[in-house]
Amino acid sequence: MTALQPFRTGDTPLPDIVILTHKLARDYDMGGEVVRALRGVSLQIRKNEYVAVMGPSGSGKSTFMNLIGCLDTPTAGEYWLNGQKVSDLSDDELARIRNKEIGFVFQTFNLLPRATALHNVELPLIYAGLPARERREHAARALTSVGLGDRMDHRPNELSGGQRQRVAIARALVNEPSILLADEPTGNLDSATSAELMQVFRDLHHGGQTIVMVTHEHDIAAHAARVVTLRDGVIATDQLQAA
Amino acid sequence: MPFFEALRLALQMIRAQKLKSVFSTIGVFIGVTFLIGAWSVVNGMNRYMTEKFAGTLVGVNTFHLRRSPNVNFDVQDSVWRSWRRRPRIKFADANAVTKILTVPVVTAWYSEDRGSVEYNGKVAKDITLEGATERYFDIMNLTIGDGRPFTPQESKAGTTVVVLGYDLAHKLFPDVNPIGHSVRIHGIPYRVIGVVERQGNLLGISLDKFVVAPALSPIQREVNPPGVVDALIVKANSEPEMREAMNQTEAIMRSRRHLRPRQDDNFAMETSEGVLDFWNKLSRILYAVGPGLVGIALVVGGIVIMNIMLMAVAERTREIGIRKSLGARRRDILRQFLAEATALATVGAALGIVTGVGLSVLLQAVSPLPASVSPFSIVLGVVVGGGVGVVAGVYPASRAARLDPITALRQE
Ligand SMILES: Nc1ncnc2c1ncn2[C@@H]1O[C@H](COP(=O)(O)OP(=O)(O)OP(=O)(O)O)[C@@H](O)[C@H]1O
Ligand SMILES: [Mg+2]
Repeated sequence: MTALQPFRTGDTPLPDIVILTHKLARDYDMGGEVVRALRGVSLQIRKNEYVAVMGPSGSGKSTFMNLIGCLDTPTAGEYWLNGQKVSDLSDDELARIRNKEIGFVFQTFNLLPRATALHNVELPLIYAGLPARERREHAARALTSVGLGDRMDHRPNELSGGQRQRVAIARALVNEPSILLADEPTGNLDSATSAELMQVFRDLHHGGQTIVMVTHEHDIAAHAARVVTLRDGVIATDQLQAA
Repeated sequence: MPFFEALRLALQMIRAQKLKSVFSTIGVFIGVTFLIGAWSVVNGMNRYMTEKFAGTLVGVNTFHLRRSPNVNFDVQDSVWRSWRRRPRIKFADANAVTKILTVPVVTAWYSEDRGSVEYNGKVAKDITLEGATERYFDIMNLTIGDGRPFTPQESKAGTTVVVLGYDLAHKLFPDVNPIGHSVRIHGIPYRVIGVVERQGNLLGISLDKFVVAPALSPIQREVNPPGVVDALIVKANSEPEMREAMNQTEAIMRSRRHLRPRQDDNFAMETSEGVLDFWNKLSRILYAVGPGLVGIALVVGGIVIMNIMLMAVAERTREIGIRKSLGARRRDILRQFLAEATALATVGAALGIVTGVGLSVLLQAVSPLPASVSPFSIVLGVVVGGGVGVVAGVYPASRAARLDPITALRQE
């Protein structure tokens, strides 16, 4: 892998760079007192990289993920996704990017409790404007690919934690996003289920998926090819590791 | 999210929370029920008044020359008292008008009071005692079902014969044909010569509890002082001819009473239009008060729905966060909650329409109030109900749409 070129303000990212942040900062205003959750994170992630983000609690991992997941907007700095500068897009454009470009997997699954697995996976397709029949076909295929073909009509409370997280992954991937973001995806799972989930991620990575995953656990991070460590809102280390 | 999707979601939500939905639509439900119900009563009354009531009381192309209007509404005391001081209509007045009118008309004398009728020890109380001349039956469209009306000779001679109303005949003669038998009115016997066909009722009051005897028979003593009638009934062949007859009658009466040009008429000529006038005044009040009451119920209903929707937005903040994280735009969320509020209100309105229609059918069946559902009121019910939903939903829905995804996702 060639070394990444340093990025300066006014540049545009190279074509194979999926994610590029430049001096990305996020402050939270807590009633007069400013919490500087991120204070200038510059990072480039290539297509089909598998990156683990680590760091102590409160170091800004989730804040970073929310920004690159377009759920939040930075206080300062730039964010480029697939060569498009995202940091100053409108609300609706961000919604479109969340829908088409980003698959987000959360620690707490974030499934709609009243909806079936199938309907949960259909949601992104609804907002993409797909007709009902196609939606159902795509969603069913996505559920089958994570091994839940026989659980489509189950509601989240009728599924195990591991199964719920698989539904969440199917939902994240159903629109074929350019990046899969996972914020502590194994945080609520036991070690056996976590291992299964890591197998799913590995397969996705081998299939060409770009993955960014936050984790506290070193053995989970060991699955990634690159580990970025945050500390106090800045990058402390950024290392490639043998798979 | 397409509109259809939002609607499907809304109906799903309503089905999932049936009880809550029912309660939240109660205001709209009541408003629309009242709208349909009250409207159908007024509508039914209206039809009834124009088609039946006025015709029954006065007759078509017919006017009644009286001392003062019979059907009146909202009359001031002083006016009332001045009416009481007017001279009454005399036999001579009635004869003069009948003789002098150049328009082809049919006329009859008419007087009435209430009293009892007796047969064989059986007494029927509160019967309308009517003294009339022979053409009365034609003019008022009273068909004789059994027997015959009285002849001009009997009328002129004041023979003690009588024609009975249907209910009265059946009350006094449950199992014999009354024709030929004698009934007593104030002790005086009258021979029954006919029974009028059933007339039904008017606003719940039976139209079949009466007797008609010749105006010059002893019944005159029961209904009026000597030489006086309540009304001279004049029926023309057409509306313009009736107008002409009224003009002539006015002139005749003014000259008979020596009224100077400046003086007002001291008699009344009542037409079915006059009776309708009374109803029009009443219905105008109903049309003014009704929408107010409906409006209040709908405003309350709207506030209830708005509250329910605000609660729903608060409860489902996390759901909104999830949807936004998956690509829902503001307008998608807005549409979802707006559709829900509108669907709620429309369901309430639909239930209200069903109940309102049911109520008016029931009212029609068991009460004397005539009710007739107006199709326009149903359309209005749906539109107004749905409109309340839209108005009540806008604020909660826009609050939901503006939620920040991260904040919403963090909600427990
Ligand atoms: N909405 C917020 N309002 C105020 N401060 C916030 C908010 N979100 C995060 N913070 C603060 O920003 C800092 C970084 O938080 P963040 O959630 O990114 O940490 P993290 O690395 O994900 O921690 P953990 O490992 O516990 O999940 C913390 O000090 C946190 O208190
Ligand atoms: Mg975190």
